[in-house]
Amino acid sequence: MMATVRVQPPAKTPGLAISDSRQLMFGKCPNPVTCGFDLVIGNGTVFPEINFTLPQMTIEQTTWRNVTDHYREIGEAIVSTARRLRIPGIVVEFELLPPMTENPAWGAEVTRILSDRLRRGYEEDGLHSALRVTPVDIRDIVRPPNLRSGKEWDLMRRSFDQCARAGAHILSIESVGGKEVHDEALMYGDIAGIVFALGVLAPRDMEFLWRNILRTCREYGIVAGGDSACGFANTAMQLASQSLLPEVIAAIDRGASAVRSLVAVECGAIGPSKDCAYEGPILKAITGIPISMEGKSASCAHFSPVGNIAGAMCDLWSNESVQNIRLLSGSAPEAFLELLAYDCRLYNNALNTGRADVYRAMLVESDVRINVQALVLSPESTVRIADAIVSTTGHYRKTVAAALECCTVICEALEAKQLELSRSEMLWLKRTEESLQSLPENEDSFIASMMSAYGHLIDPSSYGL
Amino acid sequence: MADLQELSDALCSGYVDRVKHITKELLENGTPSGTILKEGFIAGMDIVGARMSKHEMYLPDVLQSARAMKGAMEILQPYLKESGVKATGTVVLGTVKGDMHDIGKTIVGIMLQGAGMEVIDLGVNVPPEAFIEAIRKHSPQLVGFSALLTTTMLWMKKTIDAITTAELRDKVKIMIGGAPTSQRFADEIGADGYAHDAGGAVITARELIAGLKGTEVSSHIPKVAK
Repeated sequence: MMATVRVQPPAKTPGLAISDSRQLMFGKCPNPVTCGFDLVIGNGTVFPEINFTLPQMTIEQTTWRNVTDHYREIGEAIVSTARRLRIPGIVVEFELLPPMTENPAWGAEVTRILSDRLRRGYEEDGLHSALRVTPVDIRDIVRPPNLRSGKEWDLMRRSFDQCARAGAHILSIESVGGKEVHDEALMYGDIAGIVFALGVLAPRDMEFLWRNILRTCREYGIVAGGDSACGFANTAMQLASQSLLPEVIAAIDRGASAVRSLVAVECGAIGPSKDCAYEGPILKAITGIPISMEGKSASCAHFSPVGNIAGAMCDLWSNESVQNIRLLSGSAPEAFLELLAYDCRLYNNALNTGRADVYRAMLVESDVRINVQALVLSPESTVRIADAIVSTTGHYRKTVAAALECCTVICEALEAKQLELSRSEMLWLKRTEESLQSLPENEDSFIASMMSAYGHLIDPSSYGL
Repeated sequence: MADLQELSDALCSGYVDRVKHITKELLENGTPSGTILKEGFIAGMDIVGARMSKHEMYLPDVLQSARAMKGAMEILQPYLKESGVKATGTVVLGTVKGDMHDIGKTIVGIMLQGAGMEVIDLGVNVPPEAFIEAIRKHSPQLVGFSALLTTTMLWMKKTIDAITTAELRDKVKIMIGGAPTSQRFADEIGADGYAHDAGGAVITARELIAGLKGTEVSSHIPKVAK
């Protein structure tokens, strides 16, 4: 039987759900979520979240049968691997590809294939599971993006609805409101533009978007998972990994992005947050929701400098995405589920034997002094950034506060000789901190100045401006 | 008196006003506009590109140099036009059909502009017919495709096939890039070149355009006085 969703609203008070960084632990959170086929997330066990995509192929009417065959094969592989490894529970994420959102019936068909397979896995083998479905945000297919009306928005809305009806247990999205400005600002290393995107534009879009997603979730009695700053802070992370952008910008962007991802929770999302939302620990500290994270086990999709530390506070452990191709052992989704399963055994063994603190410390310490992006994800930094966010009001001021706290955390680590940065990184840190300090207190003044710099990139009506 | 080396250095440092000032001074002193373009701007941006490839400059620094060049080009442009100096090449860029990923392609476009090329950026989710229309309209020497998804990269081949069917294939070189692509994939689909990153894209673009024209790209900047 599918479990009833237990909706526990996150803390609305200005305080933090987890204010002691020692309590920010993998597998545990104040507000666990029960969903899908009797799966309880965040209640003392870390579960794998397996993600996958198609190999090199086009998605068209003529190839559609081949597409669905891939997803059937993936579903079988996941359930049989879960049985073989005695995985106690699992989240399967189906992230739609653009044609599957543009054609809502296609996305719904794959949702049904996967949901039905998980149902049989539960009925036949007792596998506890949930299916997360993530339609693609296709609203930025036109520039400037038309976020609140038009064909793309209509298709997205229908995609959410049809996937929910077809058996999704959790709905999520990687929303793109503000990305058109963020991309430009990131390329120029302009922190004011980054704040405009993350603290003004994205929250306004997300409030609109998530009200609609919540309506769908309530109608079908399923979970509103969460959003991700994937198109924002992960773009920064990837540019930094190619040495195109200073690491400090990527680190500050990460902390600041938590404010926009938090908007989903403010609207009623209860987690688990999206795996690619590396800002998840900050959300967990503020709201107590369970979070999904990815790190070293996601190197099949992209590289990152936070492979171990990303798992230190996770409730679900994900591989981001892997193509359904054959490896020597079996299919790539099977192989990566096995990797995730063994990682989760370690987490759960540590939790069950009273060694979670030690294991978490190893995950944190092995990364935190090597890279500044890891530094801002440490449990201590997480709580400080979270505290900065809840200590002020308004998304704009919260974003500035989070970014400034990241600067302070980095400066303190440098002074304590816990971290080293190159001269050029130091220059960017100083420049960015000074720019943040010079931003106006008043949001309207800030918006006016930003509209003159970036107004040509956006449709103001998409943001209620 | 300012010289071309000083112009190139100021450009590398991204000093917008300084680059404009030196450009004006050089023009007033009778330096040919084509020489300023080649030995000041393009030479400076070549250094910038090389430093970026060696991870000595970040993208924001590179773009600041590009911004300085753009500002000074507004001063130089009328002189270049008068002298008959043309861009070193025209490039049509776009992310192929079904794919909305933008930023990598945009960075490549900026770097190609810095190398003196005229860039027509068609944006994202560009169907084959839009590439064909742009080829007919702008007569580029080079067309660049970008893709980030395993399910959209095959639109690169479909687009090449469409360009061939439209009998335009022998008029343009085709370069591809994007995370799931590779030189091997470029060879498989019949593209002329592949670039791993933005710096590489400039080198590949120059080679392909030179190959099409059968000569060195830089020699297309006539050394004529204004």
